[in-house]
Amino acid sequence: MTAMDPGMESGPLLQVKGLSKRFGGFIALDGVDLDVQPGERLGLIGPNGSGKSTLVNCVCGTLHNETGTVHFAGHAMNGLPAHRRTHIGLARSFQLPRPFMSLSLADNVRVPLLYTVRRRSGLTRSGADLDQRCLELLAQVSLDAKAKRLPSDLTQVEMRKLELARAMAAEPKLLIADEAMAGLSHSEIEDIIALLLRLNQQGITIIMIEHIMRAVMSFSQRIAVLVSGRKIADGKPEDIVNNPEVVSAYLGQ
Amino acid sequence: MRPWKFFLLALAVGAIVFALALAARSDYLFFAGFVVLQFIVLATAWNILGGYCGYVNFGSAAFFAIGVYTAVALHKIGANSGRYLSGTVAEFLQPLFPLSIAALVVLSGAVAGVIGFGMGYLTLRLRGVFFAIATLAMAVVLQTLVINWDFVGGSRGAYVIRPDSMTIGGFKLDYIQYLFAIMLVLAVVALSVSRLIERSRLGYGFATIRDDEMAAEAAGVPTLRLKLIATTISGAFMGMAGAPYPYYIGYVEPAGTFGLQYAVNSIAMPMIGGTTSWMGPLIGAVMLGSLQQIATVTISSAVNLLIVGVLLVVFVIIAPKGIVGLVQDWLRARARP
Repeated sequence: MTAMDPGMESGPLLQVKGLSKRFGGFIALDGVDLDVQPGERLGLIGPNGSGKSTLVNCVCGTLHNETGTVHFAGHAMNGLPAHRRTHIGLARSFQLPRPFMSLSLADNVRVPLLYTVRRRSGLTRSGADLDQRCLELLAQVSLDAKAKRLPSDLTQVEMRKLELARAMAAEPKLLIADEAMAGLSHSEIEDIIALLLRLNQQGITIIMIEHIMRAVMSFSQRIAVLVSGRKIADGKPEDIVNNPEVVSAYLGQ
Repeated sequence: MRPWKFFLLALAVGAIVFALALAARSDYLFFAGFVVLQFIVLATAWNILGGYCGYVNFGSAAFFAIGVYTAVALHKIGANSGRYLSGTVAEFLQPLFPLSIAALVVLSGAVAGVIGFGMGYLTLRLRGVFFAIATLAMAVVLQTLVINWDFVGGSRGAYVIRPDSMTIGGFKLDYIQYLFAIMLVLAVVALSVSRLIERSRLGYGFATIRDDEMAAEAAGVPTLRLKLIATTISGAFMGMAGAPYPYYIGYVEPAGTFGLQYAVNSIAMPMIGGTTSWMGPLIGAVMLGSLQQIATVTISSAVNLLIVGVLLVVFVIIAPKGIVGLVQDWLRARARP
């Protein structure tokens, strides 16, 4: 493993090359290439079943790709278990929220603090410090009032926010938000976008996977489009919406 | 409460229990109490893997038996070291024999811990019911091995003749009192370790494994390593619980030591007490263990498993989170306006 400092290198933070994944006879991803530069805000769009979540799963180690390579922050990711990738600085939220149901909200965000942040920085925070940090993280998604409640008390929307807070807690270099905004109201979407922009300004690279085009358009500096496991377009948002291939894929022509 | 404070407090409670039992001047109390304490250790050990991590182990009896037979084998080697060990080794080890029960507990724990680690390594990629089936299969394999292992008596069984009494620091204790004391200390250690795990980083990791392994990995929890730690600790404590047993019972044979009662009780006790806290197995073991001892003398020993079975069914249906869960829900409901 090359232990380069990502701040020192000039290449992309995330580099996906020729990634393919099949489930039995179904080809979910077919030779996908994707580069993400440090500090970039990338939107990843595509119709349902186009392979967006599979791509995230392969990048994060939840699934293992058959061919192709993933490099992140100078590390080869192939074969690394998901938790190692999180330690290196990849964090993701799940499309369908997967909170730890028997742990309180505060404890849900405490887990990445205990297992990723503390491990990385080598600092042992005191208990009170940790409690404080958990509340801060929950406050960023306005869930701090429910810190002691269980996830089963939350609405679907709140679970999505918790999912995002837990991903943020790992203090990642790259945050992948997999449909963090589905089902949210307009003002809540604005809140989440503002939060993601704030994180981006702090230097966190962000990939947003979203169906809500208004959110993707206003957030992304660049958009990649997946259709049937292939990347059919990659470019500036205004070019993407005018791309005839993208339009036909979305309208099903 | 700090872990060492809890340990000292639990030790003090144990000392009081021991003093009360001595004051009652009843040998039966020690015989019955030993079994209850043994189940506290077994239930607590099962709960570290089954309750904290959510991996149901049906092979508790096998780990218990590993402890039993490690003690039997070491006892036999110790009694005839010249016969079973080559000259220099025997000479070198001679001063160590006969091993004290405490030493046997530690060694049995080590053997069972290693086997727990091995079992974990082979089976932990299986999830849910498949893991449970694998542990059951492992128990059958180990039982077959012991049946065919002539050194520890095979299916004939083995006798272990225990001394009448034991003198510790000038105190003369009946041997059953000595065994009771050892099991008491072991129960205190097991509960302290269990409580320590529950409130530590490890405990949070275990809880995430129980809830959602994929999300746990995404949060940076090394799930496989944690599960191996759990199978090792759990197996080790079950083995430790088995080590004094041959001295307690005097005669062991595979059908008894691998018996259904150990596997069923070590699952039922935490389930009835509550699996998410160290208190659950304690409550379950004290309750069910005492009930079984009372049933044994008042009704018949055959009714034991029936009681356990009925209670388990009742709790799984009515209170799946056990007694501790019931109390927690009640407190939570009361705290909310």
